[in-house]
Amino acid sequence: MDKEIYRKPLFKGNPITVLVLGICSSLAVTVQLKGALVMALSVTVVTAFSSLIMSLLRNTIPSRVRIIVQLVVVAMFVILIDQFLKAFAYDTSKMLSVYIGLIITNCIIMGRIEAFALGNKPWPSFIDGAFNGLGYGMILVIVAFFRELLGSGTLFGVQIIPAKWYIENGGWYANNGLMILPPMALILLGCVVWVQRAIQKDLQE
Amino acid sequence: MNTNSNTYTVIYTTILVVVVAAILAFAASALKDRQETNAKLEKMKTILTAANIGDENADWAALYQKHITKSYVLNPQGNVIDGADAFSLDMQSEYALVKNSPEKARLPLYVCTLDNGQQVYIMGLYGAGLWGAIWGYISVEQDFETVYGAVFDHKSETPGLGAKIAENEFRSQFKGKKLSDAGKFSPVKVVKGGAGGSANGVDAISGATITSNAVGTMMQQWMAGYEPFITLQQKAAKADKE
Repeated sequence: MDKEIYRKPLFKGNPITVLVLGICSSLAVTVQLKGALVMALSVTVVTAFSSLIMSLLRNTIPSRVRIIVQLVVVAMFVILIDQFLKAFAYDTSKMLSVYIGLIITNCIIMGRIEAFALGNKPWPSFIDGAFNGLGYGMILVIVAFFRELLGSGTLFGVQIIPAKWYIENGGWYANNGLMILPPMALILLGCVVWVQRAIQKDLQE
Repeated sequence: MNTNSNTYTVIYTTILVVVVAAILAFAASALKDRQETNAKLEKMKTILTAANIGDENADWAALYQKHITKSYVLNPQGNVIDGADAFSLDMQSEYALVKNSPEKARLPLYVCTLDNGQQVYIMGLYGAGLWGAIWGYISVEQDFETVYGAVFDHKSETPGLGAKIAENEFRSQFKGKKLSDAGKFSPVKVVKGGAGGSANGVDAISGATITSNAVGTMMQQWMAGYEPFITLQQKAAKADKE
């Protein structure tokens, strides 16, 4: 199998920074690293398995109801993930609230099924789905890292910025409140795109 | 086979939907118990936190067993409704009543015995924040006048602004406040611009006016329901002292 199938979704064909898919959820769930990580894993599982199933079914699907069949399969995985989180990771499920359910509207999933899984064998489709999920997750984690560190002074909920630096304790430092708000995720995302295009010059238009 | 014929399409989608429905039904029923236990533990945690009991990794079920010695359901006339279970009361539907026809509402009351033997009384709250529901519990000491603790949680308030009602910094302000103002019954107020040293006001969260106001409104709506009961108990507590 071509190595590009692994590398492309992570860098040159990254779903967020290059294809500009799945932006909405990357703004909403990147306030804290933990949420971003769970979201990244959930999306990876959903894209990987729905690509696999759709690829297995690809020759049997009536083309007129193609999109609906995709929706049913994707929705099933999303509901399963939601149920599992509620049963085994209640706190995280509470924190991500509606955004788990909204994975179904994540353009990456339907995009990869339409563009790849319907025309390829199951195993490459699974890999393509998984690595697109990981490419999405990678950006989520990068953005969440900066938002949590600069916005709350913590990483995974652990205090990183020394407490005595803060103004209320007589220091000089204050958390950047803007970091916690969604607009800042968009600006950080822009910075990530900037850095990536500065390095990979062939992406520049 | 012609995969585009109507018969094929209908049969195909029917089978697909039935298979998916079966998988989901199985998953939902297999995980239901765990999910309900989680929701219950979460509720126990919130109730106990209102009485300042427990920390991050506490065994909430055991603590609840130990500390919550009794629970009642009250009606807004101040009487206990016999045979009703406070814990299973659906606060969301009671909130609809509190808002629209307060005389029909049912209000939960938990009696919590602290480690030192003192009893505190925990009352439920539920309301509408900026983006979604907010809820909480407030506990009072035996005189039914001094607030012992409070806890708030929310469904989807703005992170960093309204979401701060769930943080200790906000809720700890309630301890020691009075449920009275100039000798009359009055719920704790959430004051914008700082409550100063006021005996029955707490500071609102800056940047989160609507959520702060919502906490105040929620407090007023529910405390109006609890008022007859509280006034009765306050009188009884005073009579005891004399």
